[in-house]
Amino acid sequence: MRTPLTVRLFAKLPRAGWAALALFALFAWVWVPVAHLALPADHALHLSSYWVSLLGKILCYMVVAVAMDLIWGYAGILSLGHGLFFALGGYAFGMYLMRQIGRDGSYGADLPDFMVFLDWKELPWYWTGSDSFLWALLLVVAVPGLLAWVFGYFAFRSRIKGVYFAIITQALTYAAMLLFFRNETGFGGNNGFTDFKRILGYGITTPEMRVILFALSAALLAGVLLLGRYLVTSRFGRVLTAIRDAESRVMFIGYNPLHYKLFIWTLSAVLCGLAGALYVPQVGIINPSEMSPANSIEIAVWVAVGGRGTLVGAVLGAGIVNLAKSWFTVSFPEYWPFFLGFLFIAVTLFLPNGVIGLWSKLRGRHAPATEEEAEPAPAPAAEPAVLTAPPTESTRGAAA
Amino acid sequence: MKRTSPWAQRAWLILPLLAAFLLLAAAGQARAAVDEGALQQLATGDFGARIAAIEAIGAGGGEEARRVIAALGAGELGVLDGRVVIVRDGRVTDVGGAVVEAAPDAVDLLRVNNRVRRALATANAALDLSADDATRRLAAAQTLRDNASETLLPVLERALESEQDDAIREIVLLAAAKVNLNADDPAKRLKAVTALGESSDPAVKALLEPFMAQDNGTWREPDALVREAAAASIAAIERRVAVAQNIGTVFSGLSLGSILLLAALGLAITYGVMGVINMAHGELLMVGAYATFVVQGLFRAHLPEWVDWYVVAAIPAGFLAAAAVGVVMERSVLRFLYGRPLESLLATWGISLVLIQAARVVFGPQNVELANPVWMSGGVELAAGVVLPWNRIVILGFAAFVLFLVWLMMNRTRLGMFVRAVTQNRAMAGCVGVPTARVDTLAFAIGAGIAGLGGVALSQISNVGPAMGTGYIVDSFMVVVLGGVGQLAGAVWAAMGLGIVSKFLEGWAGAVIAKILVLVFIIAFIQKRPQGIFALKGRFADN
Repeated sequence: MRTPLTVRLFAKLPRAGWAALALFALFAWVWVPVAHLALPADHALHLSSYWVSLLGKILCYMVVAVAMDLIWGYAGILSLGHGLFFALGGYAFGMYLMRQIGRDGSYGADLPDFMVFLDWKELPWYWTGSDSFLWALLLVVAVPGLLAWVFGYFAFRSRIKGVYFAIITQALTYAAMLLFFRNETGFGGNNGFTDFKRILGYGITTPEMRVILFALSAALLAGVLLLGRYLVTSRFGRVLTAIRDAESRVMFIGYNPLHYKLFIWTLSAVLCGLAGALYVPQVGIINPSEMSPANSIEIAVWVAVGGRGTLVGAVLGAGIVNLAKSWFTVSFPEYWPFFLGFLFIAVTLFLPNGVIGLWSKLRGRHAPATEEEAEPAPAPAAEPAVLTAPPTESTRGAAA
Repeated sequence: MKRTSPWAQRAWLILPLLAAFLLLAAAGQARAAVDEGALQQLATGDFGARIAAIEAIGAGGGEEARRVIAALGAGELGVLDGRVVIVRDGRVTDVGGAVVEAAPDAVDLLRVNNRVRRALATANAALDLSADDATRRLAAAQTLRDNASETLLPVLERALESEQDDAIREIVLLAAAKVNLNADDPAKRLKAVTALGESSDPAVKALLEPFMAQDNGTWREPDALVREAAAASIAAIERRVAVAQNIGTVFSGLSLGSILLLAALGLAITYGVMGVINMAHGELLMVGAYATFVVQGLFRAHLPEWVDWYVVAAIPAGFLAAAAVGVVMERSVLRFLYGRPLESLLATWGISLVLIQAARVVFGPQNVELANPVWMSGGVELAAGVVLPWNRIVILGFAAFVLFLVWLMMNRTRLGMFVRAVTQNRAMAGCVGVPTARVDTLAFAIGAGIAGLGGVALSQISNVGPAMGTGYIVDSFMVVVLGGVGQLAGAVWAAMGLGIVSKFLEGWAGAVIAKILVLVFIIAFIQKRPQGIFALKGRFADN
C-alpha cells in the first residue's frame, strides 16, 4: 500500500501487455495521424476519413465494452442499460456542440434549430451553462454518474441481481428512450442533435480535428484499460470477484457488497459517458435510438464474444463485432440481424469464454499460467458444492 | 311438393297482415292533407319562409307531407301559377297526386341549398319519428335532438305519447327539453332544465351553462328556481360523465391488463420453471399473430363463407405454431444453458433477432393487414364518447378463459404438478422421479403456446409486424416481477393493476410519463417487496 500509485500501476501489467500497449500507442498516435494527414490521398497507405471516423467510433465502443466487462466480467452484474449512460454522455456533450453552432444553423437564430422549430423563445433551465466547454465536461461525467449512483444504490441495496437487475436496467433505458423521443423533453426529439459545426471554435469536420478526436479516444481506451487492470488486480478487485462468485459468503465475512458494487457500477457508467462524449463529435449525430434496448444488449455481446473478465477480451470483442457489422451493413444488410442473432447463440453455446478463452485453449494447457491477459473465466467447480443451492440457480448463475 | 308447403303456410299467415297494413295506410291517407298555408309559403316565400314551411310540413306528418319532402329533396318540386306541383317522369301532378295539365317546362323548379337540405333532413326525421322500424325512429330521434326547433315540439310530444322504446323516448325527451329551454314560461323552462339533468352528454351541459351565467351582475336566467335546477342538472351531468369516463378508463386498463396477462402468463411459467427470461417471448407473440394472419389467408382462399370465424381457428393454430418454435428453442439452445440465466438471456435475445428478421424476410417488413370479424367490430356505447369496443371485450373474456385453462393445467393435471415441483425445487423433484428435462421442454412449449395465444388476441387490436413483440418483454417481465414468480393470482393482480394504473396515469400525464412513472413505481415496489405482491413464504422464500 505504501508504494506510489504510478509504480503499482506499472507493475500490474506483464511485459507482453506493455508491448501491446506501446504498439497500440504507436498506431493511434503516430501512424494514423501520418497516414491521414501527411500522405497524399492517392497513396497506398493513405487512411481515408471514413476509416478514421469508423476506427474512432470503434475505439469509443471498446471503452464501453471495457466498462461493461468491469461490471459484468468482474462483478457479475449484467447491465442491459449501458447504452443509456453512453447516450447521456453523448447528449451532455452534444448540448455543448449544439450551442457551438451559434447562428450558423439553418434558422440563423441563437437557439438550436429544433427549439426554433418548436417555437421556443429561450433555452430551458437545464441548458444553462451549456455553452461552456468545462461545464459540458462536468456534465459528461456527472449526469451518467449520478443517475447510475442513485439507480445502483436503490437496486443493490435491495439486493436486486441477476436477470432481475438486467431487465430493470433494460426498462430504465427503454423509459429514457421514450422520454428523449418527446419533443417537449428539450433534446431534439426524434432527430436528436446533429449538424455540429465546431468544438472550442475549431471546425469539427477538419482532418486535424478528426485525428485529434481519434487520438483522444485512443488515449481514453488506453487509460481505461490501465485503470481497469489496476482495479481488478487490486484488493478491491479481489473482493469484487468474490462478490461475483459467492455474494452471501462475502457478506458473512463482514464485507458490505453494496459499496463495492456501487463503486464499480458508477465508475462503469462514467466511463460509458466519457466514451459517448467522444463518440458524438466523431459520428456527428446523437439521437434517442442510441438508448434502445437493442443497442445496450449488443454491448453485452461484444464482451461475450471477446471473453468476459479479461478486459482485453472486451476490446477484441467490440472490435470484431463492430468491424463485422460495418462490413455486413454495407454488403448484406438483410443478413446482419441473422448474423448477430446466431452470434449471440453461438457464443453462449460454444464459446463461454469468448475468443480469448478459445485462444488460450488452443495454446494448450499451460497457457493460462504464462499468459496473464487470458485470465481464465470463473471456474464454478472451485466452489464446494455442499453449501450451495442446486447447481442450476445460484452457484453457476453467478458465473454467467 | 315438400319444399313448397312451408312457404305456402307462411303466405297464408302473411296475407292478413298485408291486408291490415293496407287498411292502415288507407286510413293514414285519409287524414294526410298538408297544411295549405305551409304549401303557399313554400311556393312564394323567401328562403327563410321556405325553411319554416318545410319544418311545418314535416311536423304535420302524413303521406302527402312525405311526398312533398321527398320531391323537394329530389329536386322535383316546383311552382306553377303560385301552386306547388311535383314534376316526375315528365308528368306534372299536384301534391295530392292528381294530374295537372301542364307542360313540365312551365314549372319553376325549387332550388335546394344547404340550409334547405338541413331543414329537409329535420323534416324527414320528424316524419320518420312515427315510422314502424325502430332503428329509423332512433336515427330520427337523434337527428331531432341535434336540430330541434319550436315548430317540431308537437311532433316530439306526439312521439312521447306513443313511443314504447325507452332509448328512443329518452332521446326525444331530451330534444323536447332542449326546445323548451327557450320557452317564455318559467315552469316549462324548469321542467326542461330538470329533464336535461337526466342526460350524460357533455354537449347538454354546454346548453345548460348559460343559465348560470351573469351579464353585468344580473343573472341571464331571471327565475331563481330554474337557476337552482340548472345547477343541480349540471352537477348531475358532470357526475355521470365522470363516472362514464372512469368506467371507460378502467375498461381500457383492464383491456391492457388482459394483454399483459396473456403475455406474462407464458413468461411466468418459463421463468418460474427455468429461471430463464426468454427475451424471445415477445417474438412468440409475433409468431401467434402471424399464424392468425396465415389462417385468415387460408380462410379467404378456401372457406370464404366462414371467414368471420377465422379467429376461432387461429387460436389452436397460434398456440401450436408458437409452441413448436418454443420446443425448437428449448431443444436446440436453452437446454444447454441451464443454470446460466444471464447467458440464456443473451441467447434468447439472439433468437429473437433471428425470428424478427425471419418474419421480415417471409412476410415483408410492412405490417400485414388483419380484418376484425364482423362479430368483433363495433362496441357498446356507455355514454357520449365512451365506447367499449367489442374486440377488447372479447379479448378480456379470452384472457380469462386462458387464465382458467392455465389454472386447470397447473393445479389439476399431473404435468402441472410436475411443473410446480420443478419450480419449487428442481433437485428434489428430480430425486423423487420427476423427469425434469421433459418437464422443462413441455413447460417451455406451453409457455410459448400461451404467448402465441396472446399474439392471436393482439392481432385483433394492434398492428401485426415483425417488430410487434419487442415492446412487450419488459412489460410482461414487470408483471411477473410484480406478481411474484410462479404465482398465478399475483400475475393477474399485477397485470390488471398495472393496466389500470397506467391508463389512469396516461389520462393524467401522457403515455410516456405514465410509462416512466410505472417503471419508477415498480423499482420502488421491489425495494419494499423483492418477491412480489404474493411472496412465497417459508423455505421457498429465500432464493
